[in-house]
Formats: sequence, C-alpha cells, structure tokens
Amino acid sequence: MNEWAYTAAFFIFAAVTVASAVGVVTKNDLVHSSLLLALCFVGVSGLYVLLQADFLAAVQLLVYNGAIAIVFVLGTMLTRRSIRHGTNHSEADAPSRLIGLISGLFVAVTLGVIATTPWNYSSAGAVQDTPAVLGRLILTDYMIAMEVAAVLLLAAMIGAIVLAKGVDEE
Amino acid sequence: MNIALLTSEIAVLVLGLLIIIFDVLIPRQETHRSLGYIAACGVLAILVHSMTQYGAAATVYQGLFVVDNLALFFKQLFLAATFLTLLFSVEYVEKWIQNSGEFYALLLFALLGMMVMASANDLITMFIGMELMAIVFYALVGFELRSKKSSEAGMKYLMLGAASSAIMLYGMSWVYGFTGSLVLSQIAVKATASPAMLLGMGLMLAGLCFKLSIVPFHMWAPDVYEGAPTPITAMLAMGSKAAAFAVLIRVFLIAFSDLQEYWATIVSLLAAASMIVGIVVAIWQTNIKRMLAYSSIAQAGYILSGLLAGNVAGVKGMLFYAVLYMFATAGAFAVSTAVKNHNGSDEIEGFSGLAQKSPLLAVVMTISLLSMAGLPPMAGFVGKLYLFTAIADKGYLWLVILGFVMSMISVYYYMLVVKTMYSKARDQQEFVVRGSLQVVAVISLLASLFIGIYPGPLAKLANFAAQALW
Repeated sequence: MNEWAYTAAFFIFAAVTVASAVGVVTKNDLVHSSLLLALCFVGVSGLYVLLQADFLAAVQLLVYNGAIAIVFVLGTMLTRRSIRHGTNHSEADAPSRLIGLISGLFVAVTLGVIATTPWNYSSAGAVQDTPAVLGRLILTDYMIAMEVAAVLLLAAMIGAIVLAKGVDEE
Repeated sequence: MNIALLTSEIAVLVLGLLIIIFDVLIPRQETHRSLGYIAACGVLAILVHSMTQYGAAATVYQGLFVVDNLALFFKQLFLAATFLTLLFSVEYVEKWIQNSGEFYALLLFALLGMMVMASANDLITMFIGMELMAIVFYALVGFELRSKKSSEAGMKYLMLGAASSAIMLYGMSWVYGFTGSLVLSQIAVKATASPAMLLGMGLMLAGLCFKLSIVPFHMWAPDVYEGAPTPITAMLAMGSKAAAFAVLIRVFLIAFSDLQEYWATIVSLLAAASMIVGIVVAIWQTNIKRMLAYSSIAQAGYILSGLLAGNVAGVKGMLFYAVLYMFATAGAFAVSTAVKNHNGSDEIEGFSGLAQKSPLLAVVMTISLLSMAGLPPMAGFVGKLYLFTAIADKGYLWLVILGFVMSMISVYYYMLVVKTMYSKARDQQEFVVRGSLQVVAVISLLASLFIGIYPGPLAKLANFAAQALW
C-alpha cells in the first residue's frame, strides 16, 4: 500500500511538472507562463519530498515560488500592463518548429541514455535532520564555494546597480 | 585546513573592497585615475607574493581546493593579465566610462573568480568560480553606458552565457548522478564509458567551449568583443579564456582521463574547425576588435589542440602558448586602446599613419600580431612548435599540417593591419600616449621577443607546472 501510494505520488508530481513546463513554453501570455512556472516549481519540490530531501523542498518552495515567480509576475504587471497579450510570442513559424524538433531529439536522446545506463544505486539510507548536516557541510567542506558565492552576489549587485542607474545627463 | 594557502585570493578580494571604499571617499569632481594605479600596484604586489607559493602542493577542505604548481602558474597568468589591463585602461576608463571605481573593483572580482577556477578541484567550486567571473563580465561588457553597442553586447553575452552555464551545469549533474561524486579524482575512479557519463561529458565540453569561443560555440565572440569596452575585450581574450583552459585541463586530464578515446576525436575536430573558421573569417573584418575576436577563436583552437597529447608535453605547450598569447594580446589591445582614445574609432582604417605619429606603438602592434601569427623570432613560433611537436607524437599529423597552413594564411590579415599602420597619415593631429600605456606596450614587446629568442626559462616553468597533474 505504502509503495503504491509512493509511486502514485511520483507520477502525479511528475505529470504536474512536465505539463506545466510545456505550458510555460506554449502559452501566449507572459503572466500565464510565469504562473505555470510557479506550478512547475511546486511539482519539483514535491519530487524532492519523495526523495526525502525535505529541506531542499522547503527552500525550493520558499525561494522559487515565494520570491522568483512572484517577482516575475510583479515585474510583468508593473512594466507592460497594457500590451500584456501576446508578450510571449510562439507563432508556428519555421524556426520554432526547428527548435521543437531539436528539443524533441534531445528528449529522445536523454531518455535513451537513462534507459541504457547501468546506474549504481546508493545503498545509504536517507539522512535524518538534513539542515544540520547541510549547515555543517557548507561551513566546512564547501566553505570556499560559499564564500565565493557571497562575493558573487556582491559583484552582481554592484554590476546591476551601475547598469540600472544608467548615464548621468550632465 | 590551512588558510595561508588562500592568501592571494583573500588579498585580491580585500583589494577590490578597498577600491570600492576609496571610490566613495574621493570627491565626485576629482579624478578617479588613482584607483586604477592603486589596483595595479596591489595586483603587482600579489603577483610577487605568489612567487613564494611555488613547490607546495597542498589542498584545503578535503581536497576541494588545490594549490599546486599548475594552479599557481595560471594564477600568475591571470594576475599579470589583470595588471597589464589595469595599466593600459586608466585613460580609456577616464574618457569613456562613468563608474570607474566599480569598473576596477569588478575587474578584481573577475580576477578572483578566475583564481578560484584555477584551484578548483571539484565541480561545485569550479562552477561557482566560473559564475563569479562570468557574471562580472556580463556587467562589465555593458559598462560603456553611452554606447548602444556595448549594451547590446552585454545583453547578448548575458543570454548566451547563461544558456551555456545551464548546459554545463546539466552536464555536471549527469556526471554526479553516475559517479556519485563531485571531486575530480573520485570521478576519475568511478568513471566508465556509460551513456550517462558520455552525455554529461559532452554537455560539459560544450559549456566550456562556449567560454573558450571554440567553433561552433563562437557566435557570441565577435559581437561581444566589438561592443565591450576595449580593456574588457582584452580581459575576455586573455583571462577568461585562460581560466576556462585551466578548468578544461583539470577536468579532462584528471576526471575524464580514462575516457580519452571518446573525447579525443571530438576535441581534435573542434580545434580544427576553430583554426579554419577563426582565420578565414578574420580576413574580411574591418574592425580591429572583430578581427582580434576571430583571431582569438583561432588561437583558442591552437591551444585546445594541446589537450590531445594528454601528457606533460601537451599541457606544457598549452601553458606556454597561453602566456605568450597573453602578452601579445595585451600589446595589441593596448595599442587599440591608444588609437581609440585618439580618434574614437575601432576601425582598422583608424590605424593609418600610426608609424609616423607613434613609431613605438606601431612596432609593438606589429610584433604582437606577428607573434600571434607564429613567425620566428617572435614567441608565437616557439609556442606553436611546442604544441605541434606534442600532438604530432600522438599521431595528429593532419592537425599539425592544418595548423601550419592556417597560421601561414593568418599572416596575410595581420600584415594588412601592419600595412595600414605604415601607410600615410590621414590627419596631422598630435598623438598623445599616457606613460602607463607605454609601459604595457614595452613590456609586451620585450616579452614577445624575449620568449621567442630565449624560450628556456618559461618552457621550464611551464613543464614544472604541467608535472603537477601526474
């Protein structure tokens, strides 16, 4: 019963993720696309829960849904309210058909690779109390990566401010 | 854990932060030229300090960050490139860029990213270092706010760069999924030629080739090189490329060394395509930065071919060539900067009569271009010789012949620029060159000639650094 519920949950979350991801690409309206993107993130965080990565799932919900998707919708609302319709062009012209073909090929290759690879399954059980372990890892083994990420954010902020401020007209 | 190994990186970061603080302290109407000199002096001091770190091969934090001779060699290359760029950019920044303090500080952060890449021994540290460098460059490419071309170039670089980073990250996730490890040496232990591993390796190669502007991932390079402020174009050609090579060498010769039979063919084709496209298309360029962009595509092809040897001689050739290319690029872009400061254009036409107005700069440009073409007695000749002998030993004779023919063709378009410089001047305006730019020009000239005539010391150092991998 437990196994069955687990499988069912996996397929539900997977279907939600894939369907909303397809919607993001095909929808004609930018706001619809971004809301579907938020739904896609929810699906992914559901998959994380099934993998027993509870902390990652929470972060995914908080950061991607709570911040990124919302900022995206707000940004669209504030900038192009009047001409919102058709902001996300997807006419069935030749380039997009070509892109569809390439993406389809890529999906086919990926599925083929997944099917033919002899995967090594990890025998280690799920980690209990993930935040503590993650915190310790980030501040010990991965400390340099974390510090560099901090510098990255500072640099990105400086660059963004300079570019957004524009030219002083003197 | 030994924090002392990180002193160079910490010093660069502190220097960048100091520049930001000084920028705020200097009154708005005063000149901010001094910031460029402070940054250059600081970088020079760190370069001298890093000499003391040779010989000690040590790792920090479970081997995720390694300081060995190879990493140190690349770090010194980045430091030298940044030092030269800072020196010749002072006047350019004063003239064309409004936010000079931020410009210098961001350049130092990009340097930090490159240094982290050179030392990274696992995929996460490597990726974060690469992103730090890339994000800084996205901003810096668009820093010339009054120029539409610069903004367009920044936008293009951001879009394509983000896509390439995503591709590379996806490749890393495949590799991690199959091997269960992010550390390069452990990946090497668990890597087998399974489909998942090969897919991950291919995606990572594509992402890295974008940074290296290897054909067919080169489409961004001409536009971005043309639009970016000239000192940033120079850093993209010297620094960003060398940093990507540092990562490429470590990833492909440590983590994927057992899979060499799978990547060797692809790498040889990529290198050949870069040489052909870079050199043939460069012939028709009329803008000096576009011409140098195509030339840098070809040079990346030459350096990439060294990977095929897969031994000390090949890596030594790559390191040697990266250094001489750094000096030649610094010289060529310093002169381009001087010309742009003089008449505000990047066209090759603008170089006409340079030999009369400033004989020194004309000579520097000639030597730099001929060094890139690989004519003796300039450094480029020796560099190509090392690369070609290394790969010819491994049976890539066709690539050697192709590279040789292509470098002969490249002499043609480099000579076009030289011809323009030695033609009659169009205007009689006096040509003023700042002292610091002349210093860079002279350093580049002497280095290109010295390495070409007496390659021994640098070759020995490159050999010493290359041995760190085996």
